[in-house]
Amino acid sequence: MPDTQALVNDFLNQLKKRKIEGSQATAKQTAELLRSVISQTRVPYTNQAGALIDSVKAVGERLIAANPVELAVGNIVRRVLHIIREEDVSLTTAAMAGLNLSAVSDDEDDADRDDRPVLSAAAVAAASRSTLRPPSLQTLLEDVPDSAAVPHTSSSGGDSEGKSKSADKSSRSRKLKHDVIEAVNELIQDINTCHEQIAEQAVEHIHQNEVILTLGSSRTVLEFLCAAKEKKRSFRVFVAEGAPRYQGHLLAKELVARGLQTTLITDSAVFAMISRVNMVIVGAHAVMANGGVIAPVGLNMVALAAQKHAVPFVVLAGSHKLCPLYPHNPEVLLNELRSPSELLDFGEFSDCMDFGSGNGAPLLHVVNPTFDYVPPKLVSLFITDTGGHNPSYMYRLIADYYSADDLVVQRRPTSGN
Amino acid sequence: MDPRRSARTVSDPKVRQVGFFTQPPPPDRSISDPPRHHDPIQSSSPSSPPVNDHSPSGNSLSPVMIPPPRHHSDTLLRTALQATSPTTSFPYSARTVTVPQENDDVSSFSPGRRVVSGKSPSSFPGVKASSVPASELTTVSVVNLPPGISVDFSAYKEFGMVRVSLLDEHQLKVSCFIILKTCAMKHLHAEKEKLTAEKSGGAAVEVQNDQLARSKPLKEKTSKAERRALQEAQRAAKAAAKAEGSKAPAAASKVGPSANTKPSKAAKPPSQKNDGSQVAPSEKKGGDRAPEKDRKKDAPHPRMQYDDASRVEKAKKRAVVKQTEARNRVELFRHLPQYEHGTQLPDLETKFFELNPMHPAVYKVGLQYLSGDICGGNARCIAMLQAFKEAIKDYLTPPEKTLIRDLTARISSYVSFLIECRPLSISMGNAIKFLKSQIAKLPLSLSESEAKASLMLDIDRFINEKIILADKVIVKHAVTKIRDGDVLLTYGASSAVEMILLHAHELGKQFRVVVVDSRPKLEGQLLLRRLVRKGLSCTYTHVNAVSCIMHEVTRVFLGASSVLSNGTVYSRVGTACVAMVAHALHVPVLVCCEAYKFHERVQLDSICSNELGNPDAISKVSGREEISYLDGLVNSDNLQLLNLIYDATPSDYVSMVITDYGMLLCLLGLTIVEELTMVKACGGAAHKCARHCERISKRTPMVLDGS
Repeated sequence: MPDTQALVNDFLNQLKKRKIEGSQATAKQTAELLRSVISQTRVPYTNQAGALIDSVKAVGERLIAANPVELAVGNIVRRVLHIIREEDVSLTTAAMAGLNLSAVSDDEDDADRDDRPVLSAAAVAAASRSTLRPPSLQTLLEDVPDSAAVPHTSSSGGDSEGKSKSADKSSRSRKLKHDVIEAVNELIQDINTCHEQIAEQAVEHIHQNEVILTLGSSRTVLEFLCAAKEKKRSFRVFVAEGAPRYQGHLLAKELVARGLQTTLITDSAVFAMISRVNMVIVGAHAVMANGGVIAPVGLNMVALAAQKHAVPFVVLAGSHKLCPLYPHNPEVLLNELRSPSELLDFGEFSDCMDFGSGNGAPLLHVVNPTFDYVPPKLVSLFITDTGGHNPSYMYRLIADYYSADDLVVQRRPTSGN
Repeated sequence: MDPRRSARTVSDPKVRQVGFFTQPPPPDRSISDPPRHHDPIQSSSPSSPPVNDHSPSGNSLSPVMIPPPRHHSDTLLRTALQATSPTTSFPYSARTVTVPQENDDVSSFSPGRRVVSGKSPSSFPGVKASSVPASELTTVSVVNLPPGISVDFSAYKEFGMVRVSLLDEHQLKVSCFIILKTCAMKHLHAEKEKLTAEKSGGAAVEVQNDQLARSKPLKEKTSKAERRALQEAQRAAKAAAKAEGSKAPAAASKVGPSANTKPSKAAKPPSQKNDGSQVAPSEKKGGDRAPEKDRKKDAPHPRMQYDDASRVEKAKKRAVVKQTEARNRVELFRHLPQYEHGTQLPDLETKFFELNPMHPAVYKVGLQYLSGDICGGNARCIAMLQAFKEAIKDYLTPPEKTLIRDLTARISSYVSFLIECRPLSISMGNAIKFLKSQIAKLPLSLSESEAKASLMLDIDRFINEKIILADKVIVKHAVTKIRDGDVLLTYGASSAVEMILLHAHELGKQFRVVVVDSRPKLEGQLLLRRLVRKGLSCTYTHVNAVSCIMHEVTRVFLGASSVLSNGTVYSRVGTACVAMVAHALHVPVLVCCEAYKFHERVQLDSICSNELGNPDAISKVSGREEISYLDGLVNSDNLQLLNLIYDATPSDYVSMVITDYGMLLCLLGLTIVEELTMVKACGGAAHKCARHCERISKRTPMVLDGS
């Protein structure tokens, strides 16, 4: 336990100091941390799922608070919570249905994650879905034959549910934790491979002699473009440098190294160049439930320009970037102001710093936001590791990954501590 | 035609006075009138009965003309007026230009008819087409707004063309003067003063091309002799007009003795054969289609396309500045010059003493352009004009050459040198046109020193009126759009916007400024520093963050390098992004642009015409040494660095254009731009434009937001 505590604190520090760059790295580390938290958690004889959920929530809440803007942390915490619930439910229902649990549980992991129920576990999967997901046509239809078998599981929220069930099924105490860890491992695996999975679709979207514009740097975009290049597509890329971090330079360097025709432009030239561009491909920081995108600063401008010229605006996002929250005033609330020194040289402007208006407020302010919000109407397509989706479909994807009970992680502080 | 004549009648009483003295000329004029119209067509019909023209009957053709003068004539000499009136009545319109031939006979009188040289009366530097005299002439007639006159016009309007050109009046005066040199001097002087006053008061210009075209067929009836006479007359008139034109501006400022001297000089031109020969070819070609051709000439010349290998080769041979082509040219911009930056400067410096023809002042400005020490449309334009002024001051006409031609060539060579240093901005192009037209309009009779003095005056006037005063007027207009509590966003560093902000601050308005900046120039930092020093509350950010900051902004003020005639605002790269975001968030966008920067070109995107800056500025981020990812790659074949200087903002993003003529709603502005540019051709028309703006603004009060 002290072991995990140290890990958690360490990770918290890193988050607070913004030492971890990129949502993929953050997501992966969060998942790994939660995995160790789960494995360290001492599972009581009863209410195993409840105990796991509590401990994960306790840690998750602190992680989220450490960097509320890094939505990937919250996403992963919710994903893990969701995994626990599903595992629990599947175990319970399986037991109740009198099936061979040991045979089912392994399949169960896949079924939950992929939303593709394995045949032998169809009943279990259907039951769990009916419990934990919002109603959909599919679940309704699948439910019909099994509704009689799982009436009591669909009644209420996971926590109490889990308690009663695990009390009944005490014999499988080890099973749950083991399954959850397995599932989290799969999640980590997914996060690791999301780039490749997205990149695999590149050839379907990039044609010969296409002109692509991107802004800043994103590993997903890099791999996406390189994948198309490897498939012998030849196309050219305009890279906007993405002030004030100038990650575009990095991307341009990588692209040039892989033999792509690359043109580096300033951000201000985006509007001028977009009329000659066939497609805008960018990475995202997070994708909100309404299909809006929290993206590196400058992308809203690019998206507007793309819309003006009817250029498709494609966002690449791994599934760990899907956030189940709906944005409110995202330009302010989901944003982060970075150091002004990236824009102004303090040394040069020291003379201006002294001026102040009468009330003591400084005359000079420097705004250096990190993120931009791109509303869903400006996005043409999302490409995730599960394929391409319309912005209006994102809520549906999100329902597959998260359970409605976890949307607000902080809601149960008492149980968490 | 008749109507035009009538218009003449309108001409000021003063003219009539002159005519008085000149009574003999009137008959000649009458003769000449009809022919003039025909003149351009010359060949057309010799058949026309000369008689009509010569005789009073000629008047009968345009009976209308006579009465009007009387009405107008408030002055003492009505009788004289009548006699003279016909002369005044001649419509000269554009044709005048064409008259090449010199006739011995009537020549002296004819001058009165001549029309119009393109010189715009008072203040409009905009006069553009100096090089294409014919077009200028054809296009514009000036209507006198002054009180009495207007009445007469209404009577004649039936005929279709009512305008009286002030220019004509001048010319008339001049011609008369010639005839009666001795007597009239004093009167003329007085008149001139009045005239200039009137002009400044308000003249509207209309474009008559269409009318001219229609009128042509009528002209065909002149005899050869008539035509000759006409031509001569026109020529004389033109010369006179030139003399006056060039001086008119000067006269405004200092009417004194110079005014007197001009007319006498003007008399000379007719005798000079050069003049005639020069003009003649263009006229003859002109024929019936003249107006259309003129229009074509009006269209801007196609710009140099740098993907045209042969032309680039030619240009290179002429070039003073040795340019090495950039290694990695951006495919899309092959049509623009892409040179290695930083190589020319040392090269040029070493050449300093070898470049004989280049004036040191021009050379200096060229170097400053090259090194980027001078940037910004107004600053570049002023620097260039002042260099030209220096050059003109030191100019000596080489033996066996005429000042007009040689100086024009000289200026052209300076300009091409400057282009090699850095492509011209549109505003500079307009200024050069102005200067060349002023040179072309110099009367041949002017002595070298006088010509130089008048040109230098013209340049000063241009700088003052078109740039400095224009900015003041813009500031005055724009300040009315700033209210307490506003948050104003500006992009880059526009001198006009800066003046507006500072002035509003001086007025005690409470507002906040958001300065948006972008690489690589970071001009916004300079603006920011100046504003903060003056005590304005500023927020600084970069262009990427504009959509975040735009939520709190209430107005966007942007500068412009040029406003094109389709409403496109051609400006520092990034302006379009800012305007687009503002438009998306329903923040009004106000573009501040002096009218001399308007251009009749059209442009839809930022690619067909643009300027490329130094690509190395892209790969190196100033002040951020840690960003050096591209250090080793600059020579890689796959990497191109594109440093665009300008972009084109579509007119639908612009709520309002603020110019020295007033504030234009952009959609309406399109037509106004059109008019403005036409106006430029004709000089005086700007006033009309201003009135148009007023009308519009009365009709649709400029309310930017609900308040």
